[in-house]
Parts: sequence; C-alpha cells; structure tokens
Amino acid sequence: MTDNKNQPITDAMAENITKVEELAYELLINQVMTRDISTVSPADMMEFVADLFREKRISGAPVLRDGTLVGILSIEDLIRCLRAVDLSSPVEKYMSARLITVNEFDPVIEALKTFVHNRVGRLPVLDGDKKLVGIITKGDITRGLLKKLTNEFQHEEIRVYRASHLFEDINSTRTSLVLRYNIKPRDFIHGGTASSYIKRALMRLGASPQIARRCGIAIYEAEMNLIIHSRNGGVIRVEIEPHQITMETIDDGPGIQDVDLAMKPGYSTATEQVREMGFGAGMGLANMSRCVDQLKIDSSTERGTRLKMKIYLKEQESFGDIRGNHTEGTP
Amino acid sequence: MKLQDISTALALTQHTHQFIDPSREVSSAYCSDMLSCVMTGAAHHSVWVTLQAHQNIVAVAALLELSAIIITENALPDAATIEKAEEEGIILLGTPLKNFEVCGKLWHLGLRS
Repeated sequence: MTDNKNQPITDAMAENITKVEELAYELLINQVMTRDISTVSPADMMEFVADLFREKRISGAPVLRDGTLVGILSIEDLIRCLRAVDLSSPVEKYMSARLITVNEFDPVIEALKTFVHNRVGRLPVLDGDKKLVGIITKGDITRGLLKKLTNEFQHEEIRVYRASHLFEDINSTRTSLVLRYNIKPRDFIHGGTASSYIKRALMRLGASPQIARRCGIAIYEAEMNLIIHSRNGGVIRVEIEPHQITMETIDDGPGIQDVDLAMKPGYSTATEQVREMGFGAGMGLANMSRCVDQLKIDSSTERGTRLKMKIYLKEQESFGDIRGNHTEGTP
Repeated sequence: MKLQDISTALALTQHTHQFIDPSREVSSAYCSDMLSCVMTGAAHHSVWVTLQAHQNIVAVAALLELSAIIITENALPDAATIEKAEEEGIILLGTPLKNFEVCGKLWHLGLRS
C-alpha cells in the first residue's frame, strides 16, 4: 500500500472528488442501504448468532425486541463472547445498546459523517416512525455511489456518442442539423435559455469547449438583443454542419438605424430600465463579432433585422479572437 | 486561490444551497454590473462581483463557466434565480459590502488578475 496523502491532487482527480461528493448529497440513504437484513432478538443465544453470521456471511445484526430496535450486535461482540467461551449467554449480554441510527430519507453524506464521528461499521436505518427498515455500511455507500456515477456517465456518454455520430451515420451530399428557437420580446426570465441549449447541443455533437463557448457567447448576445429590442420577438436558427456553424436571428423590427454606429463598442439604444438590469452596455454586437469568424447584419426600419454569424470548424479557417475586419454591415 | 478560502475571508453568505467543493479554484475575478462587459472580460473559472441579482446573471455565469457570483450590497436573488443557479452549478454568494470593497479585499487576498 502506498500513502497517497501527500501526493498533489490532479485536476482530473479533483473533478472526480467533486462529483462523488455532490452525489453523496444527492443520493438518499434508502437508495443504497441493504433492506433484506437478518435480525436477532435479545433472548437469542450467542451460539445462534455465531451460526447466523457464518451462514449469512455477515458481520453484524440489529437486535429487535417485539419489532423495536434495542441494540446492535457486531462481530467484535461475538469475538468477545468467543474469548470468554460464553456462547450460551443471551444476545442481550453482549450487544451494544448505545444506538446510533440514521433516517432513510437523509442524504448519504449524513451516514458518512456519522461513520466519521463514531467508530461503528454499520448503522441501522429507521423510517419516519422509528421502525427499522435497513442497514447501511460504508460498502453500501461505495457501491451506491459507484453505481450512480457509472449510470450518469453512461447516460451522457450514450447521448454524446449518438449525437457525435449523427453526421457520420447519414449519407448525403450535404448534411446539416437545424435548431430553431422562438424568442419572445421582453422575456428576461428566459434570457439565455436558448443559448445554453445550443451550447449543450454543440458539446454533445463533439464540438470543442472553445467552439461551444464562442457560439454560446455570440448567440447569448443575439438572443438578448431579440428580448431587449425586437418589437414582436424573433427566431434563432442555428445550422450545424460538419465544417461550420451558422447562427441567424430574424425579427420584424424596429430595425437598426445605423449599423456602423451600432457596431461601435459602448453605443446602445437600450432604455434606462433595461440598463438598470445590466443590459445595454453597448457591447453586444462587438462581443458577437469577437467570437465568430463572420458577422453580417442586414437591417432596415421597414423589414427588421437579420443577423447572420458563422464559425468555421476547421481550425486553420477559424480565427478565434482576432477578427473584426471580417465584419460586414449592410444598412 | 480556493473559493472556500475567499468565502471564509470575506464572511460571505451563500444564497444557493450547494456544497462548495474545497478544491474549487478561482483563477481570477471580474467586477461589473453590465452583463455584456462580463461576457467580454470575465475569464473561465473566475469569480464575478456584481450588484445585479436577477435571473440573467446565472445565464451569463453558466455560459462563461464562472466559479461563483458574489452579489454585493445585500441584493437578494429571487427563488427562481437561486433554483436556476443550483441547476447550472453556479454558486451565488452574498455580502453587505460594496463592489469596490469586495474587489479591494480580493486584491488584498492576493487575487491580482
């Protein structure tokens, strides 16, 4: 055995710890405990316990008197009894009557804390009426956490696998996936929802975190523009192809008076009320342009605004943050 | 710097009912009440200091994958905002201090970017 205590924790390890610790808060004791348990009564002879432990391959059992939990008998108690050559004594003489229990609806972390503070190997689990419903050991917790981790991991893996093979599995001259979102005007509560869906979809499709982040930021600004400025809301349309992502927003007014001016960082037409919420910094279009490889605005006060952004997925074509001169405005 | 150390040093309260992972790192901090500026300026895993407490701060933090938001001057996020933050894994912290004071303390703690 090596001592891991002094080894630095890598990022990957830290991530795993986080997930496990989070799960310890999410998982409930009754999801991991053992329900099918052997119990003994205070009047049973210790000889019976010795046979029971051996047959069932267990190392402890709760002691019940008329259905009520009165103690717990562990293998240590049995060893004490064996040393004293006292197998004909009743369970009552050797059991521990000091009861440390947990509630079945508590998160697993509560059981873990109890294990840390008390030197016990198993905890009886009680329901709301203080009736014994199971036993929990550290082994149960480890198994439960591993199962949950594996499940969650497989779940997301399958989603990512299915999504990322979408383009490979379908033969066509040109395959693309189109996502559409309807955005309501002044719907600040849902602001950012479409962008986070789009970002998640891209991650599942196998886009790099940087690409997903750039798309997320660009589309968030466009989404907020529809919420803040559009008369009747608008539509976000994202077309994902193996070589590029095209993001478009379309609305029917009021249109941008002067696109060149609107592109200027710091210029904003947002109302005082909207500014108070922290919008209207005049950075929206500038942010979009920073994140995408191509930005095109077609706007008029009659027809409304059509914004089109592109991100290229072949690395040598994508510029990341050093754009600006690709921006075109057609007022 | 660890988020937990910042939270302790500044005596921050926690709006979200989440467990703060002791290994959660904060790489830098950013302070602004303008959402688009945050979009431009806040780095990955940084902590955002702001007076804003409405639901859209969570969307911004989630898109940028920020470590936490410190909401200043006792501004209170509503239940929907807290719920959304918990869903997205964003930690919302609170303080009676002003933006300026929080930034000063962060700087003093050694957070210089």
